[in-house]
Amino acid sequence: MAQVLLQNVVKKYGSMQVVHGIDLEIEDNEFVVLVGPSGCGKSTTLRMIAGLEAISEGDISIGDRIVNDLPPRHRNISMVFQNYALYPHMSVRENLGFSLKIAKRPQEEIDKAVDEAAQILSLSEYMDRKPGALSGGQRQRVAMGRAIVRHPEVFLFDEPLSNLDAKLRTQMRTEIKKLHQKVKSTIVYVTHDQVEAMTLADRIVIMRDGYIEQVGTPLEVFESPANTFVATFIGSPPMNLLEGQILGSNIALDGGPVVEIPSTVKAKVSEGQKVILGFRADNLMPVGHSMPMEGEFAEFEMTVNLSEPLGTETLLFGSLAGKEVQAKMLNPRPVKNGERLQFTLDLTRCHLFDAQTQQSLR
Amino acid sequence: MNENLQHRIRAQLLKVLHFATLFVAMAIICVPGLWVVLNSFRPTVEIMAKPPVWIPGELNLDNYRAMFGAVGEGGVPVLQYFTNSLIISVSSTLIAILVGMAGGYAFARYRFKGKTAVFIGLMLTRAVPGVSLSLPLFIVMAKTGLIDTHLGLILVYVALNVPFTIWLIDGFFRQVPIDLAEAAEIDGCTRWQAFWKVEFPVARAGVASAGIFAFLTSWNEYALASQLTRSTFSKTMPVGLRDFTSEFTINWGGMCALAVLMIIPALILTFLVQKHLIAGLTFGGVKG
Repeated sequence: MAQVLLQNVVKKYGSMQVVHGIDLEIEDNEFVVLVGPSGCGKSTTLRMIAGLEAISEGDISIGDRIVNDLPPRHRNISMVFQNYALYPHMSVRENLGFSLKIAKRPQEEIDKAVDEAAQILSLSEYMDRKPGALSGGQRQRVAMGRAIVRHPEVFLFDEPLSNLDAKLRTQMRTEIKKLHQKVKSTIVYVTHDQVEAMTLADRIVIMRDGYIEQVGTPLEVFESPANTFVATFIGSPPMNLLEGQILGSNIALDGGPVVEIPSTVKAKVSEGQKVILGFRADNLMPVGHSMPMEGEFAEFEMTVNLSEPLGTETLLFGSLAGKEVQAKMLNPRPVKNGERLQFTLDLTRCHLFDAQTQQSLR
Repeated sequence: MNENLQHRIRAQLLKVLHFATLFVAMAIICVPGLWVVLNSFRPTVEIMAKPPVWIPGELNLDNYRAMFGAVGEGGVPVLQYFTNSLIISVSSTLIAILVGMAGGYAFARYRFKGKTAVFIGLMLTRAVPGVSLSLPLFIVMAKTGLIDTHLGLILVYVALNVPFTIWLIDGFFRQVPIDLAEAAEIDGCTRWQAFWKVEFPVARAGVASAGIFAFLTSWNEYALASQLTRSTFSKTMPVGLRDFTSEFTINWGGMCALAVLMIIPALILTFLVQKHLIAGLTFGGVKG
């Protein structure tokens, strides 16, 4: 049980810098997810916390110790690898007990801890099998079991679910969440899957190109993304972004309709400023098939190019201001391609970004 | 129906042809070996007969008896040769495996300057025919006083085997995911422990097959050994075969008997580890 502190951590490979001085404070017992596209430095950051990569600059501390130069074995951490990294020549029991055996703990204690972990992850039936004889989900559980046996201060997960099929992934996601509630420990979890990030995290850290773009609870990053990158990365379908310009009290979308500036951001824009208007599919709905809207909204017509019925709702693809946008239709009815519909856009839930900096103006 | 019958007959014919071809191929490979074994039990008259006598008229152990007998009666110091061969092969194999493991691991896991150049250099040494080194080696050994010693031959065989063991073991360690060692380190191992407790056991088959190859090379080598050894105290078994040649005659039966004794340990060893050997060739051989 410990907090993890990253201060100005830099990673360079020769002259190439891949992590650019990140600061991050992870609380005790917190579940933090590092998320971002591949190559954003999230795995490198995790490996630096683990001690598998040396840090080039800055400080990393676990608990109240600075661990910059400590080897992994002195950091009191556990890690679950993407490909599980189970020892193929050992049985499940030996895999689980390996760390305690290395630590030269008495056999009784090892057996007890291994059985306990097996119980938690319902592995008891497979204890004498080799990893080769296990299914993907079972291997994943052994990997987690190996991590919890040691009772580490911090758990590190490196894309642990990416090798599983969709159904198993959802199942294991729940198990990880349960595991966190059971073992009560600090968890740093790396994934490129924003759904995993949203569902698991106490706080999400969104990274891109070696920088942290935003840190916040899942709802914070969903509802107030700091910039256009976060806006499109978090949430499915991604946020619609349309370029435009401030003219008087309106935003003139390039080649599209003119909408009023939402009052929440009115004070933060200036005449003639280039902006990007962002809104999610949930906030653009055909009239008659929308949520009751209060406050400010805009209405305009749009041609539907494609519809994807999902049952309770239908995703509509149309083109607005020269860009493809996605809208949602509640209580759906069949929509023909090319049909023109009247849409309402909920302005109070819109986001405005500066076109130059891509930062939120909220 | 007729069409089906045709295909069935064709399949049967192909099968027969397949076995026939295999039989011929195996015969070509095996007959010399079997001929050696057979001849070791036959009198010289029958061995030298023309046309060859395929079905032996008489089998006895005379050649073996003579070989183990007194020196004047066609005997050779078999046990001494066997011991020499064993000492030289086992120690050169052990050293070659240790060096091969260190080198193979380094090539598989670490990045360093000139890695490719060093690797290619090592492989190029295998392109040099061993015999062409016999004169330089002879001079070096003579100058250093290592000629006609176990140590001299051990050093030569280590040099001969190391590039190959490095290449083979490198291929094996490349197949061991690096995550395994990292997981072991996180589980509390030092780098050294991670190697011995996780990476080595996983790649053990490869090390074993490299060991067999190195052993067989040393065990069977003749050209260099014939130059670098001369007395009973250092001659290996292949060199010992020459004891059966004299000025005007060759004792074929005795030679075959010694050859059989030479083959037996190699055969036993190969059988013991053949599973690893095959796994080794297909598994380690993929990467170069």
